[in-house]
Amino acid sequence: MQVIAVTKENFEAEVLRSEKTVIADFNADWCGPCKMLRPVLDELAAEREDVKFVSINIDDEDELADAYDVSSIPCLVVFRGGAEVTRSIGLKPKDAVAALADAEG
Amino acid sequence: MYDIIIIGAGPAGMTAAIYARRAAKSVLVLEATGYGGQIINTPDIENYPVEAHISGFDFATKVYEQAQALGAEFVFEKAVGIEDSGAEKTVITTKNRYTGRAVILATGSENRKLGLENEDALVGRGVSYCATCDGAFYRKKTVAVVGGGNTALEDALYLSDLAETVYLIHRRDQFRGEESTVARLKERENIRFVYNSTVTKLNAEKKLQSIEVTNQDGTVSTIEVNGLFIAVGRIPENQNFASVMDLDEAGYAVAAENCRTKTPGIYVAGDNRVKDVRQLVTATADGAVAATEAIRYIGTLK
Repeated sequence: MQVIAVTKENFEAEVLRSEKTVIADFNADWCGPCKMLRPVLDELAAEREDVKFVSINIDDEDELADAYDVSSIPCLVVFRGGAEVTRSIGLKPKDAVAALADAEG
Repeated sequence: MYDIIIIGAGPAGMTAAIYARRAAKSVLVLEATGYGGQIINTPDIENYPVEAHISGFDFATKVYEQAQALGAEFVFEKAVGIEDSGAEKTVITTKNRYTGRAVILATGSENRKLGLENEDALVGRGVSYCATCDGAFYRKKTVAVVGGGNTALEDALYLSDLAETVYLIHRRDQFRGEESTVARLKERENIRFVYNSTVTKLNAEKKLQSIEVTNQDGTVSTIEVNGLFIAVGRIPENQNFASVMDLDEAGYAVAAENCRTKTPGIYVAGDNRVKDVRQLVTATADGAVAATEAIRYIGTLK
């Protein structure tokens, strides 16, 4: 699977109602560490059938960023069954991101 | 065995890799997170020769691609120690051990924390160490900046364009930063100066709500803020390598412009070295010097 772009229109369907664990990447075009993180997410999205990776641009989707109290990016929020399980702030190596998918929260 | 192991893929380390590869030395670059180092947080670099404007991410990516094209090997593992046995050095990471003839420590620095109880847990929930990275989240909100150096002053100036109110909290009554910046700050109507004070507590409920500020005279007050920007300096990341080099009282590696540590074959380059000017251009310069010294050293082994 690829990383899916999510807006407030499809957030509920793609994230909150997802049967799989979702890792939502809050990011922006001007954010260097976000750009560094993206290839890691692309790789993991291709490798992990059991996890859905979505990308949320905080400049376009400020309501979503506000709703989830995102105040530093990159911010990876892990959702399971429509609820936040855990989150991670800043650039992280691949194994740390992979570990997030398995986090119990 | 590698000819040169470089710890840290920031501007200093990657420049060292370029120089070492151009001298046909085998090079391993070890990096804990991602290439680029601190510079990737800079939206616009305007003081590096050749390009009038380039983002830190683009700069770092170009240098990374240049080093890779020349044949430098990058491994993303955190180096946690070093052992010196003369002609052979061993670098220990969280996963492996690597041996090299020479080592360049280009580990850079990390943000100094205030050391408050829930500080780590509140990063990304109101606490930040980078105004240009996170300032956009505080439009029309109330923030505080703590610190008295140039970074703190520039952060306060930057945030005053975005936030409703900016408190600038400093433990003395005079700033260490440049006077011209202080003068500009004083012209801003939305900046409140809090002198002779330190932040002593972070009050949070899921996210930061307010900070407790203690004045030198013992007065304790609470300021309601949405964000706290901490700019109290940086700490060089030399702790794991103190066995092979001398550190000054602030933790910086003692080495002259030739980047030599007290251990033959081990060099230090970039922000973790003792120096007056810590800039992108001085980091890359260190990388060139350290690599050249390491190449010369390897020549003496044969």
